[in-house]
Amino acid sequence: MTGAGLDLDKLLNTLAAWALALLWVLPLAYAVWTAFHPAAYEARFDLFAPLTLENFSKAWEAAPFARYFLNTFLLVSMILAGQFFLCTLAAFAFARFQFPGRTILFTLVLLQLLVMPDILMVENYQTMRLLNLVDTIPAIALPYIASGFGIFLLRQTFMTIPRELDEAARIEGASFLGVLWKVYIPLAKPTYLAYGLVSVSHHWNNFLWPLIVTNSVDTRPVTVGLSIFSAIDSGIEWSVINAATLMTSGPLLIAFLLFQRQFVQSFMRAGIK
Amino acid sequence: MRDLTLKRDWIYGWLLLLPALVFLFAFTHIPAVTTFLNSFFSTPRGRRPAKFIGIDNYERMIGDPVFWKVLWKNLWYALGTIPLSVGLAIVMALWVNEKLAGRSFVRMAYFTPTVLPLIAVANIWMFFYTPGFGLFDQITGALFGWPASNYLGNPDTALNAIIVVTIWKEAGFFMIFYLAALQAIPVSLKEAAQIEGAGRWTIFWRITFPLLMPTTLFVCVNAVINSFRLVDHIFILTDGGPDNASALLLFYIYEVAFRFWETAYGATLTVALLVLLSLLAIGQFFFFDRKVHYK
Repeated sequence: MTGAGLDLDKLLNTLAAWALALLWVLPLAYAVWTAFHPAAYEARFDLFAPLTLENFSKAWEAAPFARYFLNTFLLVSMILAGQFFLCTLAAFAFARFQFPGRTILFTLVLLQLLVMPDILMVENYQTMRLLNLVDTIPAIALPYIASGFGIFLLRQTFMTIPRELDEAARIEGASFLGVLWKVYIPLAKPTYLAYGLVSVSHHWNNFLWPLIVTNSVDTRPVTVGLSIFSAIDSGIEWSVINAATLMTSGPLLIAFLLFQRQFVQSFMRAGIK
Repeated sequence: MRDLTLKRDWIYGWLLLLPALVFLFAFTHIPAVTTFLNSFFSTPRGRRPAKFIGIDNYERMIGDPVFWKVLWKNLWYALGTIPLSVGLAIVMALWVNEKLAGRSFVRMAYFTPTVLPLIAVANIWMFFYTPGFGLFDQITGALFGWPASNYLGNPDTALNAIIVVTIWKEAGFFMIFYLAALQAIPVSLKEAAQIEGAGRWTIFWRITFPLLMPTTLFVCVNAVINSFRLVDHIFILTDGGPDNASALLLFYIYEVAFRFWETAYGATLTVALLVLLSLLAIGQFFFFDRKVHYK
């Protein structure tokens, strides 16, 4: 192989990689373009079209997005707090204690990776009705709180922590929970960050289950709110819908741009099994 | 004394597990079992309670043309999305793993769709597919002078239009797993092969690809589960139509249970979905297991 041949190869690869990248950001770029320009330009590209924020204010006024955002925020933090608490305890049990039924119970936990709560929506809806929780934010959150994935991920991390550390803490007089709190949780911080990012983005984007279990403005998260907003055929312009779309994904998108490294690495870490 | 610590271990273990297990059983395991049981009963209506009807629901399912259509569509959707998005993911990962001009932009571009809510990006794609002035019609109109086509309203193209959105959404997500795997492959292997005179193509097929097999297994299991679980965009883009041409199994379950309120038949369809998922997961595991090189 000659040097020139290698360079050509590299050039072609770079070009192809860039072409695909542009194709991949095109939908987002288009949404940004229309959202910031008057409706007249939604299908007509003109570099000198006037910029405007009007689409955002129209969208914001057309639907109770402030309430939707609050609901999503409450939902996501409720799920995250619950997951951290329950998964930590369960992962600690699996990583450090010997008890009968351990293997079977762990299998049951892993089974949840396959059988997601949204597949069992018919039954879970009945449960929520029984508990009188339909159309509440806890009803959206509860099925996801005991996450098989979270338990698995934390257990893997806890198992890598050397036993000598917790024996030392035990000699110092720490209780089991003290060891968990002072040794295990601090050492697993990167895993918590990674899992937190994955969980927040997953539940921010979740749609089907919230759609089923909510039916009022007071409980709807942004995804369901947006779907209702864009389903109204009463002549809402594309540019306004795109502004609403950007608003809905905005916080996650900004978080993603800011924490890009951690975000990508967290997904990677989550993938190493 | 040893016995005592052992007993204490048991109690601590169970106590720590208890809260998670309560939730796990309440929202996954018990519902799975009751779904199965309910599939043998009729749907309760008003004052008429559910009654045992044996396998009537299953007979109905076997004779339901919509069920078969939706199942067939779902298999087509899986076949259309999985190989392409996994293949693209490998190519993407290979590209952004090498020194490439503007690598961080390219990497970000591939990954962005993963972060966006599917329900939100469906709005954008909806516009692309709009007959007449949508992006696709503008391009095909300007380049080839094609007339406007209603991609989402045509039974022949509706599902394919949805497949395109799914591939765009998933490839970047799978890329991350391949990227992690690629970075774990020792450089010395590649260098040794290069010294032996192996070209890029040979290195990929003989070294890189076999070492990526465990990741491929993981990604494929995920992709299969996703292909039966992702329905968000259908709600915006086609609502299952026209004539169920783009309805997938989970979407059909939603329709039966929450639009027609036939919860017992919905449970029967859910059992079918669960059986299908388990068979696919087990099948994949055994199929790939022989070819996977574990370290």
